[in-house]
Amino acid sequence: MTIEIANTKVIDQYIRQDRMPHIWCPGCGIGTVLHALIRSLVKGGYDMDKVAMVSGIGCTARAAGYVKMDSFHTTHGRALPFATGLKLANPDLKVILFSGDGDLVSIGGNHFIHAARRNMDITVICVNNFNYGMTGGQMGPTTPTGARTSTSRSGNYEPSFSIPALAAASGAVYVARWTCLHLRQLENSISEALTRKGFSLVEAISPCPTVYGRLNKQPTGLDQMKYYQTASSVENGADPMKVGIELNGKITCGKFVDIERPSYLEMAGFDKETR
Amino acid sequence: MNYWRKPLDRDKVKPGDFEVHILKDRCKGCRFCIDFCPRQVLRDSDDLNTKGYRPAAADPAKQCINCGFCVIVCPEFAVSVAMRLEKEPNV
Ligand SMILES: Cc1ncc(C[n+]2csc(CCOP(=O)(O)OP(=O)(O)O)c2C)c(N)n1
Ligand code: SF4
Ligand SMILES: [Mg+2]
Repeated sequence: MTIEIANTKVIDQYIRQDRMPHIWCPGCGIGTVLHALIRSLVKGGYDMDKVAMVSGIGCTARAAGYVKMDSFHTTHGRALPFATGLKLANPDLKVILFSGDGDLVSIGGNHFIHAARRNMDITVICVNNFNYGMTGGQMGPTTPTGARTSTSRSGNYEPSFSIPALAAASGAVYVARWTCLHLRQLENSISEALTRKGFSLVEAISPCPTVYGRLNKQPTGLDQMKYYQTASSVENGADPMKVGIELNGKITCGKFVDIERPSYLEMAGFDKETR
Repeated sequence: MNYWRKPLDRDKVKPGDFEVHILKDRCKGCRFCIDFCPRQVLRDSDDLNTKGYRPAAADPAKQCINCGFCVIVCPEFAVSVAMRLEKEPNV
């Protein structure tokens, strides 16, 4: 009896085996999101020599070091400026930004709104685990009100950012949100985002059991996944201004924005002839 | 299984015979695949791996249907699904 691999681990050709196992904790969802991104790239048939991945600093950002493609692990919050420069210097590259919520909308928040405003031709995958995982679970702008973290021991009293609302209000042409459990949808959304001209954003809600879940009654990754299973609903086309997430509350998933608007490269006349 | 309406080609189509493979030493025991497998094919293994985690293991008595969810939910890139062939393929 012979065995034929049906679902071959295609993925192994795109991750750096020598660096496995990765640093992410048991039950962390970052690996799952990276898996979805790689499947989208494989399915889209992209030439990996023409794809570059940029990330900032954080647990999520470590992904740049695990992929077999050109990648750059920039400084904290500065992934978008680096990606912008990369795209302008070589418009043929498909530039993907893979980073955490803190990296993108906290220290990098200013770059985020302006990259979206300019409609820079970059696809952003934001892994949102509601806190600064790498540095010990401090609260950040995406931490839901009331959540306990290492710097809000009796509950965060600040209102939080909703990443889709921020992206849509700043001018992104594609905005979607999925959790680590909506894996086929996440993959399809990333595939769509990769084909859009301009600034596209896919938010992936991910467990961080080690430093966030533990303080919020979801001590394992599995507990957090079960929360997504019971609390999420799919509402494609929902108003991005109304999809904020409350502590252990409803998570609205779906594709919220898919519009057309001249991208930065188009406005700047950056097509192949003028280069 | 009770079908409300019997699929027309039910006697002709034979579901494949699949098995789940897990890279034991890559698994960190998050149990995502164990809990979300629709056929309960996976379970905790009896031994620990070299890193001290209890990896998932496939139960040979259960029939995998190749939905592929364990493959894509695994944060460690450790799961794959293989199909058993009954006879040697023509060479
Ligand atoms: C300029 C600068 N400020 C602060 C830090 C410390 N720091 C490292 S990672 C991080 C937060 C990362 O959070 P996030 O982007 O959400 O990633 P996660 O670890 O949650 O995936 C911070 C504040 C730093 N490395 N550089
Ligand atoms: S600290 Fe949180 S985000 Fe970082 S690897 Fe661990 S679970 Fe993942
Ligand atoms: Mg984070």
